[in-house]
Amino acid sequence: MNLYKYASPTNFYPLAGKMIPWFATPAGILFGVGLFVGFFIAPPDFQQGDAYRIMFIHVPAAWLGMFLYILMAIYAGIGWAFNARLASMMASSISITGAMFTFLSLVTGAFWGKPTWGTWWVWDARMTSTLILLFLYIGFISLQSSIDDPRRADRAGAVLALVGVINVPIIYFSVQWWNTLHQGATIRILQKPTIHGSMLWAMLIMLAACWLYSVAVVLIRVRCIIVEREQNASHFVEATV
Amino acid sequence: MLRWIVWRDLILAWRRRADALSTLFFFVIVVSLFPLGIGPETELLRSIAPGVVWVAALLASMLSLGRLFANDYQDGTLEQLLMTPQPLYLVVFGKVAAQWLTSELPLICIAPLLGVQFGLSNQTLVVLIVTLILGTPVLSLIGSVGAALTLGLRSSSVLISILVLPLYIPVLIFGAGAVEATIIGLSPVSHLYLLSALTVLALIFAPWATAAALRISVE
Repeated sequence: MNLYKYASPTNFYPLAGKMIPWFATPAGILFGVGLFVGFFIAPPDFQQGDAYRIMFIHVPAAWLGMFLYILMAIYAGIGWAFNARLASMMASSISITGAMFTFLSLVTGAFWGKPTWGTWWVWDARMTSTLILLFLYIGFISLQSSIDDPRRADRAGAVLALVGVINVPIIYFSVQWWNTLHQGATIRILQKPTIHGSMLWAMLIMLAACWLYSVAVVLIRVRCIIVEREQNASHFVEATV
Repeated sequence: MLRWIVWRDLILAWRRRADALSTLFFFVIVVSLFPLGIGPETELLRSIAPGVVWVAALLASMLSLGRLFANDYQDGTLEQLLMTPQPLYLVVFGKVAAQWLTSELPLICIAPLLGVQFGLSNQTLVVLIVTLILGTPVLSLIGSVGAALTLGLRSSSVLISILVLPLYIPVLIFGAGAVEATIIGLSPVSHLYLLSALTVLALIFAPWATAAALRISVE
């Protein structure tokens, strides 16, 4: 089987359609299992009570927000370097999901912070750099949506994503430096060195669910992008009708 | 080639002096607004001065970035420049250097005056100038990437700010941090080293990214 065949959006479209249920169904099941374990089986934390349970959404969201940015930059770079349209489409598709998870991690972080620290927001290094990550996503999305020509949008987005990816460690380091100098609120999120086994399981299950969800949604969105861009190509219309 | 580009852009800027001057006045006005908004207590003003001057410098550099390539793009000069046998890296470098000379250098010259308004000591003023000299080239260089990416787009000036301001954050942190360290009696040297590192990185990589972005934008 020639895998490169699927680098063409026209061939990838039906394949993606077949793959979506294989990711969406386990995602749904694992969300159910993970939330059940997290809310009913895992014991309450001895310091934070039940408030810590938002961690089961917060932590996977924060991880995915970061990973998806790197993944987006890789796809955008491949799309630019090898002129692979599908990779660029994947990058645009990932950017929305990544921004959504980053936003989700900020919101859930605020909800977690209120009962445990007594404040919605502190200018802590991690929170500040997550906020900046959200700004970088917003920059990428708004640049792509204000360029009408899809080829130019892909390439311009790739330059921005690569510049951003070089900058992410620099930003992270500088924010950490800034935070340690302004000794304001240094907060350890998990006070205890070990977490209970069922807590860890719930978190891992939720992480897997979030990954599967991301793949499913990215594939759905990339199908929409393919339809949008290829609607005038006769071979595409023939292949899908 | 490099000298020619810089010289040409300087002449153009001189013929449109109002543009460069308006950036300068914007900077002065923004900085002067803060005492009015916050109150005239000298202690408070002294502690916020580094941040205020640096944030105003970031915003002021946004104003001039829109013009960096836009005029040349509209009258077709940019396409001719892209076709020259010289590396595009040099062209970009020259244009950014000219932009720095016309838009950022005046800010650096006026900054001590604003620092005095905020009650900074002489030693602190020197550090402020040094950070601005080290840091503003990074603003011009990173900004040029944004300017090249948004060339000829609708609402490109707003878009540049969204793209570029988050990337400016390290410069802001180290620049304002060095001045702040001096105010509270610490050595600003570590900040200055890191700021210089950013400058070197930007000098090496940014013109290259800008050149790639220009090729994408002008097809």
